[in-house]
Amino acid sequence: MTEAATVTRGRPAVAAAGRSPWRDAAMHLRRNRAAMAGLTTLCVLAVLSVAVPLLSPYAIDEIFWDAIGTGPSLAGGHPFGTDANGRDLFLRTLYAGRISLSVGLAASVVSVMVGVFWGTVSGYAGGTADSLMMRFVDILYALPFMFFVILLMVYFGRHVVLIFVAIGMVEWLDMARIVRGETLSLKRREFVEAARAMGAPPAWIVLRHVIPNVIGPVAVFATLTVPRAILFESFLSFLGLGIQEPMTSWGVLISEGATQMETQPWALVFPATFLAATLFSLNFLGDGLRDALDPKQR
Amino acid sequence: MWTYLIRRLASAVPTLFIIIAIAFFMIRLAPGGPFDRERVVPPEISANLNRVYHLDEPLPRQFLRYLGGLARGDFGPSFKYRDFTVTELIAAGFPVSLKIGLLAMAAAVLLGVGLGAWAAQRRNSAADHMVMGLAMTGIAVPNFVVAPLLSLVIGVYLNLLPVGGLGDGGVRHLLLPVISLALPQVAYIARLSRGSMLEVLNADFIRTGRAKGLTERRVVFRHALKNALTPVVSYLGPATAAIVTGSVVIEQIFGIPGLGRYFVQGALNRDYTLVMGVVVTYGALIIALNLVVDLLYGVLDPRVRSRE
Repeated sequence: MTEAATVTRGRPAVAAAGRSPWRDAAMHLRRNRAAMAGLTTLCVLAVLSVAVPLLSPYAIDEIFWDAIGTGPSLAGGHPFGTDANGRDLFLRTLYAGRISLSVGLAASVVSVMVGVFWGTVSGYAGGTADSLMMRFVDILYALPFMFFVILLMVYFGRHVVLIFVAIGMVEWLDMARIVRGETLSLKRREFVEAARAMGAPPAWIVLRHVIPNVIGPVAVFATLTVPRAILFESFLSFLGLGIQEPMTSWGVLISEGATQMETQPWALVFPATFLAATLFSLNFLGDGLRDALDPKQR
Repeated sequence: MWTYLIRRLASAVPTLFIIIAIAFFMIRLAPGGPFDRERVVPPEISANLNRVYHLDEPLPRQFLRYLGGLARGDFGPSFKYRDFTVTELIAAGFPVSLKIGLLAMAAAVLLGVGLGAWAAQRRNSAADHMVMGLAMTGIAVPNFVVAPLLSLVIGVYLNLLPVGGLGDGGVRHLLLPVISLALPQVAYIARLSRGSMLEVLNADFIRTGRAKGLTERRVVFRHALKNALTPVVSYLGPATAAIVTGSVVIEQIFGIPGLGRYFVQGALNRDYTLVMGVVVTYGALIIALNLVVDLLYGVLDPRVRSRE
């Protein structure tokens, strides 16, 4: 025991091949069964929704006049049944996954980029710039943002890209705060000081030393942003402001299903299950990542 | 404490102004107008209409006029509900929305903190896993799914509670909307308070408390809970915003004559003044609640006060 301790504390010996923090975290993540189940579910859902044209011979807006509002049956060729307009729900649920998953992904990418930029610059610059930038975040935080997004959707059309950007713009605020907090503490660490002493320009320090070290919390928070973005999109769609026909998202399908749940419960059950499965998986994965990346939690 | 309060109050004014300005210009610069969906009238009449509503003035002038009206508590006339002013519509709808929102908020905090603390004390037991599983479900299932499901099961199949409308405004009519509105927030707060409770229960001062022979009840309620509440309090701001936006959907589903349902409909109708009225009211509400949260923060955490 003492031998091992001295080895790790000293220079890495040949026998104790050093495990990088990332490998260590990856190992912990792999051992977390809930997180791995979540990751697998997400991969399966993503592959399914990308590969849906190969799986089903029908088009997304194809109407089956002889099967309007029929229940799920494998023999009938509609494993999830059809909706009130006679469209195949299996197909629509998977196509909806494309939109919902990409909304989640795109919004997280926007929020990560803006949030990391804002947070690191604000935290590293400090002083007046920091307080001005954070005050700006505070003000935006107090705005009833959802209302502005709704207004945006109503007035400037319901383009998919607009939805991506609008949701991303809402979600970057938390990210900026978290990143700024991390940056503040990193700024005082020895390796950053050393880099500064060697004359590295601030932009270099931020890019090479600060950002790689905030990736952990950012990754965790990003996995939690994805479900929020997906929920946000379904909320907009529920109000009739999201994705437009014939394209569809889980939110659209759920709101359609909710109106007919007494007569055609399957139209609600399948999309709601897919949405819930995705959100569960992302939450498990986020929790797993947090535990894996934070040594204190073990 | 007082300087802190005054500084926070002073910073609330510009925030509200920014909300009003963004909303005003966003609504006005958008294509379309309030009379687009009505009968086509001769140009003289529509010019007259525009003059009556001051729509022919330059935008900055209209903005100043609107601000002037607001300062006198006048939200202007509604473009769609011709017989009412926006002030009247808000006065009728806001108390209903406020009642449901506050009840949902109270339910969310009480249930959420209670469940979270309870689960934290029984870490990794079956009870803990059950509460956290429920919380995860509450977060993962959007409230526009929960609401129709609840009204179908409890309202229609079991016939226990009315499924819609406000009736006489009694508890029976409020129960389902409040539950559906509160559920996701209960889930969030339960997770938050479980996490912070776990952290606090491991702290040295809790061990000291137990060591000096305090009852477990006293340790939990007097020492642990108070310190574990800080993250919950800072979540109250976002929670308010979430409940306010959630009410837009819940009021639509349960047919409640609140403020939320005016928002989307008003925006689609280009009912400028009505939309502005809703934005201003909710904006002011969220700012006010954030202020309360900040003050609570100061009460719970003396370090916040001394820093000012």
